[in-house]
Amino acid sequence: MVSALINVPKKAKRGEIIEIKTLMSHIMETGYRRTATGELVPRDIITSFSCRYNGAEVFRADLFPAIAANPFITFFAVATESGKFDFEWIGDQGFAETASASIIVE
Amino acid sequence: MRFACTMVAAALSIAAALPLLATEIPQEQRRSGYSFMGPDTKAMQDDDTANPGMLWVLDGEKLWDSRTGAAGKSCADCHGDARSSMKGVAARYPVFDQTLGRPVNLEGRINLCRARHQQATPLAYESRELLALTAFVAEQSRGVAITAGHDPQLEPFVAKGRALFMQRQGQLNLACANCHDDNWDKHLAGSPITQAHPTGYPIYRLEWQSLGSLERRLRSCITGIRAQAYDYGAPELIELELYLMSRARGMPIETPAVRP
Repeated sequence: MVSALINVPKKAKRGEIIEIKTLMSHIMETGYRRTATGELVPRDIITSFSCRYNGAEVFRADLFPAIAANPFITFFAVATESGKFDFEWIGDQGFAETASASIIVE
Repeated sequence: MRFACTMVAAALSIAAALPLLATEIPQEQRRSGYSFMGPDTKAMQDDDTANPGMLWVLDGEKLWDSRTGAAGKSCADCHGDARSSMKGVAARYPVFDQTLGRPVNLEGRINLCRARHQQATPLAYESRELLALTAFVAEQSRGVAITAGHDPQLEPFVAKGRALFMQRQGQLNLACANCHDDNWDKHLAGSPITQAHPTGYPIYRLEWQSLGSLERRLRSCITGIRAQAYDYGAPELIELELYLMSRARGMPIETPAVRP
C-alpha cells in the first residue's frame, strides 16, 4: 500500500507564487540499524524526488538516510499557465511512485 | 526566619512522602494532549495534507472496500459508506461484547468482524492494515464527543481500569495517576506531562515515525515506569483504555492526532 498526499491550489492568478506540499508514505529505513540478532537492516529510502510543471522540471531533491519516515516536501512555484504538476519519487529496492495534480491559472 | 525555613522543609518532606493523592481532574480543567503541543506540531495535525496519519486513513479507505477472507466480503458490503455508518463509532468504544462477555476496543472489533463475518485471519497488532482500518474508522468520528463507558454492563471493567490507573507498579513505583492526575501541569525531562486523554488514537507519534495504537502508547508508558508491560490485547490494557475513554467523556475525537 503506497499513499501520497498532494496539496496544490486548484486555482491561481498568473504570476502568483503558490505553495506545493507533498507527503509520501515511506519507512525511510536508514540502513544503519540492526535487528535483535545483530543483522543489519538493509537500507530502504527514497533517494530522489522531482516535480515537473507541464513537462518542465521545476523542483528536484535528493534524499538521504537521515530524513524521517514519510517525507513531507514543500516548495514554491510561480503559476505561469494552467496545466499539470507531475511528481515522482524514486528509491531503493525498486521504489518508484508518481502522482499528479492540476491547476487552473487565470 | 529559621522557623519558616524549617516549616517549608517540613512541608516539602511531607509532600514527598505523601502517598497517591488521586485527585481526579475537574471537568473544566480537562485538556486534550493537543493543547500541550508546540505550534509546529499543531499545524501538522490541523492540515490534512501535512498530517502523516492521513496516509493510514487513505490506506484504510482502500481496505474498507476490498474483499477478503473465505466469505469474500468487504467491510463496505455490510456497513456501506463508512462516512455515515462509522460516524460516532470510535467515540463509544470500547463496548461490551455479549458473546465474549467482556469489553472490546476498535482493533478488537475489526478482528472480530474479520473472524465472524469475513472468515479471515485476524490482523496482527500494530500491523499497517489494522492501524489503517482503525484510523479510517476512527477518523469518521472526528469532532464527535466521546461517550464511551455508558453501558452499565461495562461498570466493573471501568472500575478495574480505574484501579489499574491508580495502582503503583514497576521499579519506579509509580501509578498512571501520579503523573497524569497529580502532575499534568508540570514537565518531565522538558516535555509536558499531559492529562492522558485518548482523544486521537491511533496517533502519529513523531518519536515512532509511524502510526500507533493506544495499547502501544500504554505499553511504552508502563515500560517507562519499569514495570512489565501487558501483552497486546490483554484484558488489563482494554480496561485501562475503557477507563481512559470514560474519563475523557465529552471531549471530541481528533483521529488521526499527531503527538511528539
